[in-house]
Amino acid sequence: MAGPTPYMALAFILFVIGATGLLTRRNALIMFMSVELMLNAVNLTFVAAGRAIGNFTGQISVFFVLVVAAAEVVVGLAIIVAVFQKRNSASVDELSEMKG
Amino acid sequence: MVEVILFAVFGTVAIAGALTVILARNPIYSALGLMATMFSLSVFYIMHLAHFVAAIQIIVYTGAVMTLFLFVIMLIGVDRTEDTAEQLPNQRRIVIGLGLTIAITTVVLTVGQNFKWVTAPGSGPVNWDANADATNGTIQAVGRVLFGADTAERTAGWALPFEAVSLLLIVAAVGAIALAFFRPLRKVGPSPVEDE
Repeated sequence: MAGPTPYMALAFILFVIGATGLLTRRNALIMFMSVELMLNAVNLTFVAAGRAIGNFTGQISVFFVLVVAAAEVVVGLAIIVAVFQKRNSASVDELSEMKG
Repeated sequence: MVEVILFAVFGTVAIAGALTVILARNPIYSALGLMATMFSLSVFYIMHLAHFVAAIQIIVYTGAVMTLFLFVIMLIGVDRTEDTAEQLPNQRRIVIGLGLTIAITTVVLTVGQNFKWVTAPGSGPVNWDANADATNGTIQAVGRVLFGADTAERTAGWALPFEAVSLLLIVAAVGAIALAFFRPLRKVGPSPVEDE
C-alpha cells in the first residue's frame, strides 16, 4: 500500500457500480441512492489524493461535497414524495408528460 | 500490513454493499447496502487520518441522509414490483457492457501500475506514509485551513464558499418545507395529468 492507487481503483469500481445502477434501475429512490454512491466514491478519491500530495484541500472538498449532497437529498426526497402522492408510483418511466 | 488487511476486508464490504444497492429488489436492502458502503469508506478515512471527514461521514451520511432515505421508503411503501420493460431498446445491456468494460480496463491499468502521481506546484512530494501525518485531519487542523487562519490575507481560506453552502442548506430546507406544505395551492390550474 505504497500509494493511492488501490483506493483510486476501489473508488472507480464503486463509481461504475453507481453509474450502472443509475442507468439501469427505474425506481427513483434507488437511482437516488446510486447518485449518493457515486458521490461517496468521489469523496474517497479526494481524501486519497489529498494524502498523496500532502495537503488538506482534499478533505475540505469532501466537506463541501457532503453539504451539497445533504441539500440535494433533502430536495430530491421531497420531490419524490410529492410525485408519489400525485402519481402513486416511484417509477421514473411513468413521468413522461414532458416527452413532447 | 494492517492497512492491506483492512483494505481487503472493508473494500470487499464496500463493493458488496454497492452491488446490493443496485441489485436488491427491496429498497430497504438497497439502503442498508449503501449504509455498509459508507461505513467502510469512513474506515478508509480513518486509515488516511482524516478524522473529521470520517466523523461527518458517519454522522451526516449514515446517520442523517440514510435515515431520511429509510423514512421516505417507509412513507411511500416498499415497491417490489419494478417495471422491467425497457423504454429504450437494449439500454440495460449497453449500460452493463459499458460498466464492465470500464471496470475491467481500470483493474488492468491498476495491476499494471500505469497510474503516475504528480504533485501540483507548492505541494509536497508524493510520500504516502509521511504525508498522512502532514494531513492529519483533526477538527482543529481542518478548521484552520477552512477559515484561512494560517494565511495573512483574510480571503485566502474557504470562508466564502462555507457561507455559500450554508445559504444553500437553508434554501434546500425551506424548499423541502414548501414542497410539503403548499402543495394544494398548485392544484388551481389544469394539470396535464388530469387532462389525459
